[in-house]
Amino acid sequence: MPITNNDKQSAVKDYNFPDERGHFGPYGGIFVAETLMESIEELNKAYAKFMQDPDFLAELDADLQDYVGRPSPVYHAQRLSNEVGGAQIYLKREDLNHTGAHKINNTVGQALLAKRMGKTRIIAETGAGQHGVATATVAARLGLECVVYMGAEDIQRQSPNVYRMKLLGAKVVAVTSGSQTLKDALNEALRDWVTNIDNTYYIIGTVAGPHPYPAMVRDFQTIIGREGREQMLTKTDKLPDALVACVGGGSNAIGLFHPFIADESVAIYGVEAAGLGVETGKHSAPLCAGKPGVLHGNRTYLMADENGEIIETHSISAGLDYPGVGPEHSWLKDIGRAEYVNINDDEALAAFHQLTRVEGIIPALESSHAVAYATKLAKTMRKDQSILVCLSGRGDKDIFTIAKIEGIEL
Amino acid sequence: MNRLDNCFKALKEANKKALIPFITAGDPNKDFTLSCMHSMVEAGADIIELGVPFSDPMADGPVIQKASERALEGGMSLKGVIAIVKRFRETDQTTPVVLMGYLNPIEFMGYDAFAKAAANVGVDGALTVDIPPEESDELLAAYEKYDLSAIFLLSPTSNNIRIKKIADVAKGYIYYVSLKGVTGAGHLELDEVQKKVNEIKQITSLPLAIGFGVKNAEIAANIAKIGDAVVVGSALINCITDHSGDEEQGQQAISDLLHSMRNSMDTAV
Repeated sequence: MPITNNDKQSAVKDYNFPDERGHFGPYGGIFVAETLMESIEELNKAYAKFMQDPDFLAELDADLQDYVGRPSPVYHAQRLSNEVGGAQIYLKREDLNHTGAHKINNTVGQALLAKRMGKTRIIAETGAGQHGVATATVAARLGLECVVYMGAEDIQRQSPNVYRMKLLGAKVVAVTSGSQTLKDALNEALRDWVTNIDNTYYIIGTVAGPHPYPAMVRDFQTIIGREGREQMLTKTDKLPDALVACVGGGSNAIGLFHPFIADESVAIYGVEAAGLGVETGKHSAPLCAGKPGVLHGNRTYLMADENGEIIETHSISAGLDYPGVGPEHSWLKDIGRAEYVNINDDEALAAFHQLTRVEGIIPALESSHAVAYATKLAKTMRKDQSILVCLSGRGDKDIFTIAKIEGIEL
Repeated sequence: MNRLDNCFKALKEANKKALIPFITAGDPNKDFTLSCMHSMVEAGADIIELGVPFSDPMADGPVIQKASERALEGGMSLKGVIAIVKRFRETDQTTPVVLMGYLNPIEFMGYDAFAKAAANVGVDGALTVDIPPEESDELLAAYEKYDLSAIFLLSPTSNNIRIKKIADVAKGYIYYVSLKGVTGAGHLELDEVQKKVNEIKQITSLPLAIGFGVKNAEIAANIAKIGDAVVVGSALINCITDHSGDEEQGQQAISDLLHSMRNSMDTAV
């Protein structure tokens, strides 16, 4: 069914998604084998119950403050803004969280849920390793067994994070099927979950997967946007004119965007990874260049060939190297509330260096995509306007990758 | 009455249980698949489940994953699978054929286009692993239009509400996944299977096929005592990989295994 302009306007005005079965318009839902349905129903019930439970929410708030280190600051990147010329660029510093990225906002929440559900074993998939580290961290803290699935190729390019996970007591399983990256790690984690359903909780790291994951992970990540909204009002006496965040699965982006959806004056930009360029086919930009289909439990924009087989993606950043995207982003695209753009490997790398050199902040390669687009966008805006960028993670994990690309031996 | 219903009716009258082999279409190539379909019927297969390879087979264990990868490397696709069935039907108009796979290739082809193309060449049913009945309305309408049976899975964790929900929309037979896990996994607890099958039989009169973990003739015979049909998949694909490079030997090994299962099933029942 085509979406009319009226539908779009009302969808934004009274934004209340997903519906009770996890649908964001035609996207989302629960597309899993019968073998998983019982666990997903159990999770749905627990999630609905505990998100209303004052004790649970108080425990979550305390952990976010004392363990994660929230609130994370909003920083006015003045030298960067001046160098670029145009709008003022503000950074939401998720890189300052414990473990160095936004991922822990979600793992803290889901691990508390797992504990309340009586699960003793935690599994996770990871791409760049940030979600794996964030999961291993909370598992260590709560004394839960932890197994992390990671594509064999990603293990090669993110070895520091693999070691961190092992130090934290997690077992890291190399996934050698398919393209040996994030999507295959997700497949393998789902297989583990089906097999060990009685004692195992699966912490998905992004706003994908079957319902309730896209809504639940979003709810744990909206702390980014809720804090950011207050902080911008305090610092600038107004809302930002634009939001920018990188989108792989899209959890940091939805966390920033969601609290601003009803604020029509705020433009929203999600930045996908163009890899070697969208026109080359070697990219990770399903919203810019894919079409809707079903993968990993939900309907969403995907990168697939004409037969519906998922195709291999490419990005300099392992965390964005995923052929799907959270279903809510697909819906925000269709209703026109967010615009999805892309930044290629070279542009991301240039932004990585620029932010590092001018502000003394080493961003993750994922976040560098957002920074790169923000600098482009700022040039088209006035000096009295502002852009809030989600600096989703720090770049320490990427220095080996970057050194290698630039022919430097460490 | 369609081929699937006829098949189960005839078996019931003969007091026999159905033997349902599963192979992945195009593993290692399409000619092998076609030839193997015929030889499996000769070896005692009643219904054939043909796997449609998918790049991300989330519910499958390593054996069928690798089969899918080999088939895709050889260029197999949903359209290619339908073309194989078309050729199969040139000489076999009676053996029911069910396609088993994942939703995305069907989404990309379009529900109506898929149901029409499949029914036209003589596909009898389709089992799509990752679409539960809650999301199936549109797909089921397309199947209804072209008289394609929608086969669904039930699992050890399906409660009575879900069993009823699935029984209400399922056609042909229901596939009971006999253990918690992926295809080709672990070993079966027969008592547990019997208990769950009894529960399911209280709710539906549809034939019940049982699969996941059926590795040899002995297990097949035990399962035949409990259900209406026995599905064997990974064990057949192992026959192909055990004789990698010698397709004739692989095909013979599949026939031998099915023969032994047929014999012990018929003796057991």
